[in-house]
Amino acid sequence: MAIRSLDDLRKIKESARQATSARHESGTQVIVGMGTCGIAAGARTVMTAILDEISRRGIQNVSVMQTGCIGMCQKEPLVDIVRPGEPRVTYGNVGPEDVPRIISEHLVNGRIVTDLVVAKL
Amino acid sequence: MEKLARAHVLVCGGTGCSSSGSKEIIPELRDNLKARGMDAEVKVVETGCHGLCELGPLVIVYPEGVFYVRVKPSDVDEIVENHLLKGRVVERLLYKEPATLATVPDYDDIAFYKKQKRYALVNCGHINPESLDEYIGADGYEGLAKTLSMTPEEVIGEIKKSGLRGRGGGGFPTGSKWQFTRGAAGDKKYVICNADEGDPGAFMDRSVLEGDPHRVLEGMIICGYAVGADEGYIYCRAEYPLAIKRLQGAIKQACEAGLLGCDILGSGFCFTIHIKEGAGAFVCGEETALMASIEGRRGMPRPRPPFPANSGLWGKPTNINNVETFANVPSIMRDGGDYFASQGTETSKGTKVFALTGKINNTGLAEVPMGITMREIIYDIGGGIPNGKKFKAVQIGGPSGGCLPEQLLDLAIDYESLTKAGAMMGSGGLVVMDETTCMVDVARYFLNFTQDESCGKCTPCREGTKRMLEILNRICDGKGTEDDIPLLESLAKSIKAGSLCALGQTAPNPVLSTLNFFRHEYEAHIRDHKCPAGVCTAFAGYTITDLCRGCGLCKKVCPVDAISGEVKGRHVIDPGRCIKCGACQTKCPFKAIDKG
Amino acid sequence: MGEKFTESEMARLDELLADLGSQKGTLIPILQKAQDIFGYLPREVLIRISEKTGTPLSRVYGVVTFYAQFHLNPRGRNIVRSCQGTACHVRGAKAILSELKKQLGLEGDETTTKDLRFTLETVACIGCCGLAPVIMVNDETHGRLVPDSVKGILEQYS
Repeated sequence: MAIRSLDDLRKIKESARQATSARHESGTQVIVGMGTCGIAAGARTVMTAILDEISRRGIQNVSVMQTGCIGMCQKEPLVDIVRPGEPRVTYGNVGPEDVPRIISEHLVNGRIVTDLVVAKL
Repeated sequence: MEKLARAHVLVCGGTGCSSSGSKEIIPELRDNLKARGMDAEVKVVETGCHGLCELGPLVIVYPEGVFYVRVKPSDVDEIVENHLLKGRVVERLLYKEPATLATVPDYDDIAFYKKQKRYALVNCGHINPESLDEYIGADGYEGLAKTLSMTPEEVIGEIKKSGLRGRGGGGFPTGSKWQFTRGAAGDKKYVICNADEGDPGAFMDRSVLEGDPHRVLEGMIICGYAVGADEGYIYCRAEYPLAIKRLQGAIKQACEAGLLGCDILGSGFCFTIHIKEGAGAFVCGEETALMASIEGRRGMPRPRPPFPANSGLWGKPTNINNVETFANVPSIMRDGGDYFASQGTETSKGTKVFALTGKINNTGLAEVPMGITMREIIYDIGGGIPNGKKFKAVQIGGPSGGCLPEQLLDLAIDYESLTKAGAMMGSGGLVVMDETTCMVDVARYFLNFTQDESCGKCTPCREGTKRMLEILNRICDGKGTEDDIPLLESLAKSIKAGSLCALGQTAPNPVLSTLNFFRHEYEAHIRDHKCPAGVCTAFAGYTITDLCRGCGLCKKVCPVDAISGEVKGRHVIDPGRCIKCGACQTKCPFKAIDKG
Repeated sequence: MGEKFTESEMARLDELLADLGSQKGTLIPILQKAQDIFGYLPREVLIRISEKTGTPLSRVYGVVTFYAQFHLNPRGRNIVRSCQGTACHVRGAKAILSELKKQLGLEGDETTTKDLRFTLETVACIGCCGLAPVIMVNDETHGRLVPDSVKGILEQYS
């Protein structure tokens, strides 16, 4: 596409920024438990749902990471949300259908989804 | 819209890493991710050079920023399985500090990068050089947009304020150069980017061209606007095929996006860029020779004045800067000249990219603020000298430069301090030498180079370098006489004074500088018939010690059958036949062959 | 002399000259592309270039002999460039070069093997100093070499 003005340039910059956001320091983290147990319990579909939801909403400055087993295998899939300056919150037995709620309530608006929480660190 | 990827795997596709095998890693990664159905969520990006070529191929995994070194295609499965799927870092592939052997997982904590200040190289290794969008995402073309809202005089003022000086060697103030071209009479003017990086030991321009080609284009367009030119040439050496390919791609993208061509960003300003491939002549790095070559003639320098700013390409006013200089321009325009000027020393502002090579642990590219000491570059960034050897000297500035010995390691580096010490900034190639390097041989090496590359137009350079080389050959062959040192010095003086261009004027520098700091090595060759570093083969003799197990490998490898001995018995070298090639010593598995 | 190149090669040269011949400053690109077609720059080709571009033959020869890239004699199918840059020099480029000569059976000033499989040249620096000593075969760079690696590398090219 032709870039005709500074505004056009800025628009490309914004979308390119989101596409490369994984490479920048970001404040908020979503961490999915991807040990053998997590994967067996369906963590991968949850991960995919999280990525879809974040791109759909165009949320910036979030990194989605994965971690190994943290020993709470009966509650897998586990998803942690870490917002800067706030405690790390762990959600358990997360299914893809819970993802939109966790993203919109907690990640965007900072309200913990109490019925899914298993721990607060 | 492209789906958001949770992880980005950056694989270095610079020339260094490609030749150590990164080309096989990328398809392997893509296939492996695809087989696991992870190809949509993990993005594989081929980047330009990260500068730490010694440890290539380099792979960096984001968001964690984990830095893997010397990755082989066979390691890919483990990285995907453990790191990308399960979130466990693959410890054995992590970078280890050469000094402490501690593993460092995080890119930003590695000593090689910690002391660097990446300004011209900021994107190299961090964006996909073939993607215009990624360049724009990293603030690309914003400096140009800002430039086009200013008057050309204001742009030149900003460059002057930054204190930027030519990074190709001379160190001429860039703003003043632009001013001269702007002020020159004529309605047709040219901008040339000198990408004929010929100094042996320097490869920063190659890395910028390969890793961030749009930055160079942006710098040239800004320059064109400031000096009033509508056409630009990039003169790139043919030995850099990847750089040429990336530049061609970038020019095409920029044209399609309206960042090159007519009415750029709706400003009414027009600019086009062509690429000219060099044909293999070092002297074409000299600006008047370079222009002769673009015009299709023999690349021979001509006397100045007239300077290119008044009469350059096809007789028109022309502004020539090198790649690294142009690469600094976009950020200066975006952030303002003051920020750039806040780095560096009184007379030399900003940062400089140095190519670290030779006897040093971390070979590669380092961009540091001017005013840093050589000790910091060699020991903190470069990780010191390998194999416990002792530092002897660092050669800076290529064939035009000189050597700095140990006592000058704490010198704060800028254009002036280096010239005062008998070296020069040059393009920024640093070749580290240890106790096993012979300084007479190094001087001979450079003279051999300049002699070979002398275009032959003026006598002092053509004949003078040849005579100097003959003397150095004589000294290295053990046939030097007491008169040779004063003869070298007087020849050097005449060549410096009488040559037409910088190639000749600086050609004697490596000899003068080694004579200044390492005269005793010349004297040892002449008086004592010894090469203290054991390099010059005329003085070497090889003997086999009693560590010999009689394996016979030396006998097999000897090209002149000078070695004899029975299997499992100690072998001997016939000194009359030996040509001192050293092949036996390299081959011996028991370190049983001594040179002395 | 004469029948070394085909009609189609000559036709490509004429096409190239029709394309670039009349523009200014194109002598070097023409020579580069002509060398791509023929592998080197035979006398007949230089004469044709001189005639079609109106450049005196002496000037064409002047340019060809000035630049290291141009060759007046046939070259091998594979071009081996042994880097003699500073970094390679201090890390043992000389030993690599003599091993290359030995493996290729080249003596004295010979550069091309009799079977035209390889041409060996030295190059001042290929900008890959981080991996010194290096050689380049065609467009591929091979680094961190020791004399023993040479044989295996050459075997990859036929």
